[in-house]
Amino acid sequence: MRERRSNVLSESSAIKPQSEASAPRLLFESGSPGRSGFYWPAEREKGQTTIPGEFLREDIPGFPELGELEVLRHFTRLSHRNFAIESQFYPLGSCTMKYNPKVNEVVARLPGFAQIHPLAPIEILQGAMELLYDLERILIEISGMDCISLQPSAGAQGELTGLMLIRACLTEKGNPRKKIIVPDTAHGTNPASSTLCGYDVVQISSTARGVIDTATVAKVMAEDVAAIMITNPNTLGLFERDIEAIAAVVHQKGGLVYLDGANLNALMGVAKPGHMGVDVLHMNLHKTFSTPHGGGGPGAGPVAVKEGLSEYLPVPRIVKQNDKFELLENYPKSIGRVRSFFGNFGILVRAYTYIISLGREGLEESSRMALLNANYIRKKLEKGYQIAYGEPCMHECIFTDRLQHKYGVNTLDIAKRLLDYGFHPPTIYFPLVVSGALMIEPTETETPEMLDAFVEAMLAIAQEAKENPDVVKNAPHSTPVKRLDEARAARKPILRWDPGQGGAE
Amino acid sequence: MLRTIGIGSIEELYQHIPETLRNRAKIELPGGLTELAVRRRLAALASNNATATDWSFFLGGGIYHHFIPSAVDTVISRSEFATSYTPYQPEVSQGTLQALFEYQTLICQLTGMEISNAGVYDGASAAAEAVLMSRRIQPMSRRRVLMSRALHPHYRAVITTYLRNLDDMQLDEIPFDASGATDVTELTRKLDHQSMCVIVGYPNFFGIIENLAPIQTACAGKGAQLVIVTPEPLALGLLKPPGAWGADIAVGEGQSLGVPMTLGGPGFGFFASQKKFVRSLPGRLVGETVDTEGRRGFVLTLATREQHIRREKATSNICTSQTLCTLASTVFMSLLGKSGIRRLAEVNVSRAHDARDRLVSRPQLEACFSGAFFNEFVLRARNLESLLQRCAAARIVPGVPLGQWYPELDDCLLICVTEMNEREEIERLVGVIGDQTSV
Amino acid sequence: MEFPEGLKYSKEHEWVLVEGNTATIGITEFAQEELGDIVYVELPEVGEKVVKDDPFGAVESVKAVSDVYAPVGGTVLEVNDVLPDNPETINDDPYGDGWMIRVEMTDEEDLKDLMTAEEYAEYVEQQKEDEDEEEEEDEAEDEEEK
Repeated sequence: MRERRSNVLSESSAIKPQSEASAPRLLFESGSPGRSGFYWPAEREKGQTTIPGEFLREDIPGFPELGELEVLRHFTRLSHRNFAIESQFYPLGSCTMKYNPKVNEVVARLPGFAQIHPLAPIEILQGAMELLYDLERILIEISGMDCISLQPSAGAQGELTGLMLIRACLTEKGNPRKKIIVPDTAHGTNPASSTLCGYDVVQISSTARGVIDTATVAKVMAEDVAAIMITNPNTLGLFERDIEAIAAVVHQKGGLVYLDGANLNALMGVAKPGHMGVDVLHMNLHKTFSTPHGGGGPGAGPVAVKEGLSEYLPVPRIVKQNDKFELLENYPKSIGRVRSFFGNFGILVRAYTYIISLGREGLEESSRMALLNANYIRKKLEKGYQIAYGEPCMHECIFTDRLQHKYGVNTLDIAKRLLDYGFHPPTIYFPLVVSGALMIEPTETETPEMLDAFVEAMLAIAQEAKENPDVVKNAPHSTPVKRLDEARAARKPILRWDPGQGGAE
Repeated sequence: MLRTIGIGSIEELYQHIPETLRNRAKIELPGGLTELAVRRRLAALASNNATATDWSFFLGGGIYHHFIPSAVDTVISRSEFATSYTPYQPEVSQGTLQALFEYQTLICQLTGMEISNAGVYDGASAAAEAVLMSRRIQPMSRRRVLMSRALHPHYRAVITTYLRNLDDMQLDEIPFDASGATDVTELTRKLDHQSMCVIVGYPNFFGIIENLAPIQTACAGKGAQLVIVTPEPLALGLLKPPGAWGADIAVGEGQSLGVPMTLGGPGFGFFASQKKFVRSLPGRLVGETVDTEGRRGFVLTLATREQHIRREKATSNICTSQTLCTLASTVFMSLLGKSGIRRLAEVNVSRAHDARDRLVSRPQLEACFSGAFFNEFVLRARNLESLLQRCAAARIVPGVPLGQWYPELDDCLLICVTEMNEREEIERLVGVIGDQTSV
Repeated sequence: MEFPEGLKYSKEHEWVLVEGNTATIGITEFAQEELGDIVYVELPEVGEKVVKDDPFGAVESVKAVSDVYAPVGGTVLEVNDVLPDNPETINDDPYGDGWMIRVEMTDEEDLKDLMTAEEYAEYVEQQKEDEDEEEEEDEAEDEEEK
């Protein structure tokens, strides 16, 4: 039975209707031998006689043989099976799914950015260098730090880079130390990055109020701890108000403070990490600074530091001398490179464009609105769902499925049912300290009407959980595919198409 | 809205934040701009860069100027692909998930390997991750990495940076010989039962197509893994793939397959290996399954390897990757297809070989290495400085000077010729170089 | 829920079947139910030493990984080679075909810390009761609101 309670569903669903419900074929299951979407006449095959035969291959078995129209139809049909910010509300906590301005896309495609080669002489890349140099200054100002590297390709790589800087600094002082303190609310990348950097993780518990307190840190802080990694505001959407005191405790024993800047969207014009006792942080340009998520990247994770760590930053570094930009490699204490060339330049261009579009007031207003929207949702949803922490949140709020348990409905069911209402679900089951977490981050680019529509849908689901739990437990009902068998995918992984496999159902 | 929350102003929402922080939080930046002003400002910056369209570039070195069919941008500009998030809710992400499954398949076919992940950041970090993966697979008695000096300098730098933080690792560099390929004699001499893996470029940084057979034999003889790195995967449209040479792990940079140069990023790193190593693979994996009604569908799978579940024991820390770029290359490979990718590779070979013949006929230039090559080669110049200056005046960048990474090659140039270099461009370069034996 | 009499149980929800000096070890029905569909099992090699209360392997479901702890110390004699290809055997028959490893015990004293079937049954009841209590509280709250 597919009862729908709310008129929210009269909004056009983000997902195309059942007429396209049959699974589209794979690229390899269509086409015809000899077909191609690419035309280029053969040229005198000089090299083929020069390259010895033992280095040559036969044609690639199974490679697609499709015409251009076939290819376009294929991907257009696939796009209809995708949800995106421009389809509907996407309140994924900790992901900051704000609107991705189209001017960023137009600008990033200018030949002067897209058709430039990183190994060309720096004299003919002055425009690019100026953009990077300006972006560095801008991000330093926003974060309240002293120096920065734009090289890391994503937040996680930024974390690893930051930890490497810490390790380099402590090694120079005589002892890299062994451990990193990580709160239980941390994103999984924090402990993973620590391990990659050769450190063991010491986990500390947050208090009942959802924050970490100085006393807990003081208990574990020791001479073998290199650093603490803090997210502020944390993944519960709460400001870590003890952060300055915690930083003092860590510094006192010779450790350093790393800030995971994923939630920077809450802080612009409100508080600067550089004033909180933070030594190094990363920012996620694909979160706070609107670059598109792309289905999973590309992003960028610049790392900013206080002066004391600047000599360890990756090379090359851009310096300005007499109005000209130079690239310098001669920093003997640098940790070297964390990726090739300059980083994700195309993403840096987009972030730069966004920042200068908004300017000072625009950025500060973004954070204010992000907080307002999150708290509005928090207040309205308290009617139907159990809030994890009662106090005002910052840019995201967390609920649990506790009130729905007695009907046999859990967070996963609620998330799947939201799909039927045309919304992308919030982040679920994270952070781990909240059982059945539903983490909601609306961002500032949503209208009050949209927030109301989302709340209406959530409350309708809470009602359904009471009166008709099966419709929630068996959701989604209206998406192109229903719940997928993830256990099967993990037990007998099929990670590629093979000619022997069965085709589309 | 304020009334609903029960506050008088937004400021009340952060009254719990220490005043000392709030007082200093003002962002000192200029005010906002209209969209027109923004476009003009960025256009001005863009116009201050030399592009491959208004200059003649013969530049490779890990980033390649190739033709990108118009349809690629059409597809990746669709907001359903561009503005969606990582596909954690598979029911509404079948577009991205199926495209990634197709991408994984294409990479397997291209590299001749059994499995591929959904992409990592770039070729350099892919190479570093490959070494880390080998470390997970090989026993603790094997911790020596033998890295060819003919591997891309940035890749070597990143591997070095990643390994420095792990106490048990040892990194050795293997020199190259007169043919421009890894010195197999030296390699064989250094390989022992503490060797974890050997990592070589294919083609290598000098454009040379290395003969991997003796290298693979040497590795197998001592139980070391073979990691093959391909910064120019278009070459695999024509050349015997890493899988056929017996690679354990095959990685590289995918930019040349459908992604604009963009000053070297974003591109993506591709990462392939053999089925038996699947649980040690870093990065996202998309797998096929069925839904409750028996329809085929795709999901992220084997997620227990990853950071959001395994945390400190994860195979990697990677979260956001380079998905939109892998989508671009999926479209690119679909359009080119079986015959197109071979054709494009062949055109590169003929253009590059013709160009080299034309160039070495100039008295100031001579061949540096004797090995077979794909679309890049190294030439030695009598007076490199003067040559570069004359070219710059003619808006030509004839290649990448190698002295910055290889002091013994400071009179050498790495020259790349692709299908985007017209024959008359090559003639113009030859003309600028001139006939004189001096200067 | 089953609590076979002939076995001993640990607080981490492992069971032990003692035969002479050999201990066969697996995870309990309660454990496999909590985990859900098991997709992969990590087992030690034959000949490896396991240390009491240290993890000797792991069990993976789609969304979680759980370490499995050694209830007794010893040397691994046998591992269940059905599990790599058929991990769901643990879900289907946790006390029988779903056994994980067989060890030669180093110290019989280790057995003292383990629970009997009755004690374990109570222990599991207690865990469930705690969950139920929460739900009862919720229902009571609801009642009041009405």
